[in-house]
Amino acid sequence: MASSNGSPEWKEEVVQVDGSALVVVRGGTGRPLLVLHEELGWPGWLKWNSALARSRTLIIPQHPGYSRTERAEWISNIRDMAGFYARYLVEQHLAPIDAIGFSLGGWIAAEMAACNPAQFRKLVLVAPMGVRPKEGAILDFFQLMALKHLFVTVHDADATEEYDQLYGGEGPEQFERLEEARAQSARLAWAPFMHNPSLPHLLGVARSLPTLLLWGREDKVVPLSAAADYQRVMSSASLRVFDNCGHRPEVETPSEFVREVESFFS
Amino acid sequence: MHLMYFTERPYRYVSNDEVIKTGFFGIENKHFDSVKGGQLLNEYLDEKVLAEELGFDGVMLNEHHDTAFCMGSVMDVEASILARITKKVKIVLLGNPLPVVGNPLRLAEELGMIDMISGGRLVAGWVRGGGSEQFASNANPAFNREYFNEAHEVVIQAWTKPGPFRYEGKHFHYRFVDPWCLPIQKPHPPIWIPGLLSPETVVWCAKHRYPYVALATFLEPTVELWNMYRDAAAAEGYQVGPENFGYLQKVYVAETEEKAREIAKWDMFGGAGIGYSLFGQPQWMFPPGYNSKDATRRMARQFTDPEATKGSPWAGLADGSTLSKNESISDAQIKTRSAIWQDKPIDVEQTRKQILDAFPAVERAMQVICGTPKTVIPKLRTVLEVLRPGIFAFWQNDGPISKEDRLNNMRLIATEVMPAVREIGKELGLTSPFEVTPGSRPLSKGSKPQSVGSLDALRAMREQPVAAL
Repeated sequence: MASSNGSPEWKEEVVQVDGSALVVVRGGTGRPLLVLHEELGWPGWLKWNSALARSRTLIIPQHPGYSRTERAEWISNIRDMAGFYARYLVEQHLAPIDAIGFSLGGWIAAEMAACNPAQFRKLVLVAPMGVRPKEGAILDFFQLMALKHLFVTVHDADATEEYDQLYGGEGPEQFERLEEARAQSARLAWAPFMHNPSLPHLLGVARSLPTLLLWGREDKVVPLSAAADYQRVMSSASLRVFDNCGHRPEVETPSEFVREVESFFS
Repeated sequence: MHLMYFTERPYRYVSNDEVIKTGFFGIENKHFDSVKGGQLLNEYLDEKVLAEELGFDGVMLNEHHDTAFCMGSVMDVEASILARITKKVKIVLLGNPLPVVGNPLRLAEELGMIDMISGGRLVAGWVRGGGSEQFASNANPAFNREYFNEAHEVVIQAWTKPGPFRYEGKHFHYRFVDPWCLPIQKPHPPIWIPGLLSPETVVWCAKHRYPYVALATFLEPTVELWNMYRDAAAAEGYQVGPENFGYLQKVYVAETEEKAREIAKWDMFGGAGIGYSLFGQPQWMFPPGYNSKDATRRMARQFTDPEATKGSPWAGLADGSTLSKNESISDAQIKTRSAIWQDKPIDVEQTRKQILDAFPAVERAMQVICGTPKTVIPKLRTVLEVLRPGIFAFWQNDGPISKEDRLNNMRLIATEVMPAVREIGKELGLTSPFEVTPGSRPLSKGSKPQSVGSLDALRAMREQPVAAL
């Protein structure tokens, strides 16, 4: 459950970063793997987490203003957020680290890479935002009610086994958490919407960072066309596309997702 | 009492089918004809001049965007014209949507010019703007309250602080503030705040000693919020009076009961007949971060519990109003909006029938008062006894109602209803902000503040048989 503070598989810890109490979910064993969650908050510990946790220590900070971490007033955009995490990695002696970023979390990771690619060993970006696609557009989910927003993130909700468990399942508490996450996403990226015009210009500095882009072919949130925009500036990035899959390959096709990620990091 | 005339200035040529299917916000603008729109805007300006001739004390304007519901997209343009073509009415702007204006210094100048041209007849007012307005102006809804507070600060400083000075806030930055077009009224024009009973706004008004004008809200929660204002005022050291409160009421008058009711029921398609349920779909009314935490909590309960989906979940919820169960009278319209959210097709005919069928309940709840002059006066007396407002606005019924019927309504109200209302106002001691400065009644420390509204009068009204209403 996204609202609880631990399970046999994972524990929550609180780390001070610039006076902010950052809530970090930690679980598994092995070399650390940083996980940056998406714009609806931390969806909870899911199958793919358990699978990767067998060989990696997952470090999943809940971004300031999302889930259980309080908002930091000074963080007003995704680049600020990237700077916040840069400081977290340095202070926790975690850099260079392997990382996976999902959607808005992928954008945070990309901003971090654009600033200092040496923070990372290898990077997986799952349908990242941050770059305005040359073809198509990032879905304006601010014009959707939260539950509908969640609904369109997957290609087929009925065929997605863990759909009902995302963010702790349906109910007023979940609705409230989703609304709070959406509010924070609006604070950070209402306009320009979910991208930073300067990112493609700066991301070239990370052109040799080993990077894997993962995308669902039926992604309705960030169109697959954006992969080419990332690859244009990150020439080292390879792309793996999942068929019959939307914006959440990690829950829509968890086995394939885990296989790709393990193979890339090995 | 300060008596005002108000209409939303709707664009009247969009079919109800479109309104039922989409809600007012979000209808494609291909349905708008600028020539017809221009004619209507001129009619509405003429109506304001007529209102002055008929003896109204004020003409009230408001602002909405991207909607047939209200054509006052830039209300200050209308106000500027009225400043020149009217002579004595107050020009009451309820209100400028501070968070979506973008440049509050320019707003201060616009309002300064309107006050100068009108010879000091401006009443300014601020709103947060509905959810849809945030989309229409792309104002970040998550900063709505911050924008509101800071833009207010900029306007007040621009009007009152000698320039030039530098202003550096969180959202607004000015390196040279020295406006010359300052209002005639000193230190600045009166400021009244309209709203739909957001507790945060009500308390904010009490702190600033700004009258709060409730926009056709249900009576019971309105009295409750009046009391919240009273307590916040007491904490500031003053006793509230009628001058601290205003109320907007839909009133439709014709020569016979039947005619009045027949015409007034079309107001159900005016969009704001009951809780703005035709105003906009929830995804546009509740943008991310627009609501306070408390309002979001209430919304969470409503949207996840079908049993709780009663009352007026759209605008009412957004502003934190609470509705008692017997006022939950627009289920049909709520079901319609929920259906849109779920992407289910709307049965237009059935919905139209449900909306019209809700009219008797709307009338019972006094959301629309209609009848002959003789029958509406006692109903208005009840509203005035319950709320005791020093400011009272007659809301010209909107919806598909002809010009002839609208003008007839205005004339009958002015000649046969208003004199009685003024007498009732005198009898009840309903002092306007022009008679008693809001916030000027002293309250000694520790003494208990008196209420302005009265639930007793409301209970007495409820005990009457429905037929008597």
